[in-house]
Amino acid sequence: MDLEYLKMSPLEKFWFNFKNFFKRLPAAFSAFFKGIPKKLYKLWLGFFGIFINIGKAAKDGDWKTRLSFGAMGFGLIARKQYLRGIFYLVFEICFVLYMVFFGWKYLSKMGSLGEVARVEVWDEDLGIFTYKYYDNSLLILLYSLLTLFIMVGFVFVWYQNVKGSYLTQQFEEAKLKLPDIKAELRSYANENYHKSLLSIPLLGLIVFTILPIFFMIFIAFTNFDKVHYPPKELFQWVGMDNFVNVLGGGISANSKVFAYTFGEVLLWTIVWAVLATFTNYILGMVVAILINKKGVRGKKVFRTILVMTIAVPQFVSLMFMSQLLSEQGLLNNILLNWGWISKPIPFLTDGTAAKITVVVVNMWIGIPYSMLICTGILMNIPEDLYESARMDGASPVRAYMKITLPYMLHITTPYLITQFIGNLNNFNVIFLLTGGNPSSLDMQFAGKTDLLITWLYKLTVSESQYGLASVIGIFTFIIVAVLSLILYNRSKSVKNEEDFM
Amino acid sequence: MANVKFRSKKRKERASNIIVYSILILISAVWLIPFLILIIQSFSGGSGMASNTIFPRRWTFNNYVRLFTETKFLIWYGNTMLVSVVVTIVQTVIVLMTSYALSRLRFKMRKPLMNIMLILGMFPGFLSMTAVYFVLKEINLTQNLFGLILVYSASSAMQYYICKGFFDTIPKSLDEAARIDGASRHTVLVKIILPLAKPIIIYTILTAFIAPWGEYMFSSFIMLGDSDKYTVAVGMKSWIDNSVLASDYFTVFCAAAVVVSIPITALFIWLQRYYVEGITGGSVKG
Repeated sequence: MDLEYLKMSPLEKFWFNFKNFFKRLPAAFSAFFKGIPKKLYKLWLGFFGIFINIGKAAKDGDWKTRLSFGAMGFGLIARKQYLRGIFYLVFEICFVLYMVFFGWKYLSKMGSLGEVARVEVWDEDLGIFTYKYYDNSLLILLYSLLTLFIMVGFVFVWYQNVKGSYLTQQFEEAKLKLPDIKAELRSYANENYHKSLLSIPLLGLIVFTILPIFFMIFIAFTNFDKVHYPPKELFQWVGMDNFVNVLGGGISANSKVFAYTFGEVLLWTIVWAVLATFTNYILGMVVAILINKKGVRGKKVFRTILVMTIAVPQFVSLMFMSQLLSEQGLLNNILLNWGWISKPIPFLTDGTAAKITVVVVNMWIGIPYSMLICTGILMNIPEDLYESARMDGASPVRAYMKITLPYMLHITTPYLITQFIGNLNNFNVIFLLTGGNPSSLDMQFAGKTDLLITWLYKLTVSESQYGLASVIGIFTFIIVAVLSLILYNRSKSVKNEEDFM
Repeated sequence: MANVKFRSKKRKERASNIIVYSILILISAVWLIPFLILIIQSFSGGSGMASNTIFPRRWTFNNYVRLFTETKFLIWYGNTMLVSVVVTIVQTVIVLMTSYALSRLRFKMRKPLMNIMLILGMFPGFLSMTAVYFVLKEINLTQNLFGLILVYSASSAMQYYICKGFFDTIPKSLDEAARIDGASRHTVLVKIILPLAKPIIIYTILTAFIAPWGEYMFSSFIMLGDSDKYTVAVGMKSWIDNSVLASDYFTVFCAAAVVVSIPITALFIWLQRYYVEGITGGSVKG
């Protein structure tokens, strides 16, 4: 099999790999889905374990342990474990107060997202009608979610409390010495050190990343837009309507346009990501090879020139380019002045030209970066590989195709994948350079160079179409996730992450 | 015979070197000329974009004078600097804490946590922005620099990847030796790992410091409508977006670009070595 493979011509090899990739896809997918029951079973075991622990604590626990089912931390305080005990108790009190005075008020309205937005009332003193505001759908949804998060957190802490109480009871029964406050504090620099290190970073992540993502996923099922904008108006749950609209199944004429726009933007996003990633990568490598060529002097000078361009903030270069290349921009003016062209070149105003411009400017921005990465790795390729290739009469191009490229591809796959994903969501280059323009009449709120992410930005910031924007966001996530799952699974260097440790 | 062959080989080598040199010089020119034009235009006396020559007919410092007297550039610069410095400190501390925990400590949630962060990274950042905006609005932190700092530093834990990769390469035997001598985990981090991690700390600081200067998406959304709170990126973009200003402000824009670029470029070139180590170390494995 291996021998046969070696005998093939490059074209056959390519075709062979190509076929194999798609042949393997179903197997990979089925393996993934076959793995699900096993994972679920594991999850269930873990879940089951929780209930077993709780049951044990209820059955075998003494009155102190049992009391901590209701009054959290009691068992611990009664056994002189003050630090955790008081923490649990305070946590419970705070939680109850929060639920009674704040959380429940919002959570109870989550199903309807509010009944009355505002009522016009006659203000006797001023002699005019004023508005009295009641329900705000946005805040109801936001705080309900927050409350749900806090409830999940509470259940977790409650379970820790029961487990902890029962454990200290067992300790006591076994006549083992319980740690005093000092020892307990010390454990947070040792076996519990991860708790002290990760609590703040994770709190930030939960409040500013996870909660907002959940919020936006929920928004995708509502009709939150310009018309239904709190606090003036309420918005409601609309089920899958937004998804249907984006995919073109909606009743309104807009839906068809929207689906068309989505298709166009998606196609260009993928084309752009592929082009941007590979042009930068291949050309960056070529530049690195040229600079590293034996006998070329002034390596440092050339490298510094390119590195300097990385150092200039990207937004400066991008905005300057957008000015330079605009219809009345400096470049067109100069070319007109020299008489090289008779009318301005539409670098950014013609659909196709703008797409080419974006890719080229991105090369200008990105090549120094990939050059830098490739340089370090290129120097690691053993020189004798090239030596023997030269002995066998291989041309430089052949040596590149057979030695350099495979080696580089093998080592830098993770980099390529992250670059590809980054380019799928490359807001800056597109938005600062073309702003997604030139705009198109066939598309809704999108221009010809808009990526999903810049379209999302426009839908949110200038059109206030939050519901639809969330749907686009969810689709973007699915596309990115599926693509990166496939790519990650195919790259060996990622699979062996643990080997490296 | 051998001599002839040797000479022809040498000649061939020289020819190929000349080609390589000319390509490299061409590349350097392509990369440098736009920046040269930027610098030249910042001294141009012509009014804005109307000029049609590379070298202006009149040289002047006027653009820089206008930049600091007519516009809010100095305020924006101060805003960005403040945000950058605070974000750098917070982000560096958070990244180091997260990376150490994920690299050295073993706990039940370690793997799931890394997977969750990987998945979170796939959500388009802007998707969460709307919700973050409303959260900030509720606590009166929109159009507020502190709000922006909060947004930038809150998700810093997700930047752990490169730093963790570096920690992984520090031999574990060092930790174990210290642990046997009675050092706590905390002592190991402060006394052993951090001194060895200088390159990656500098890399983290450098990237954290530069990021707010170029970030547009979040800051434009949070500061919407209050030009006193803009960062330089948002402020300079507002000149371009305003079609009345755009043409007139072109040369002022160039001057602003020069002023923004100088300190960052200097910092970057000074710490270049660490940056290269960071990205090459972080983008490959093994």
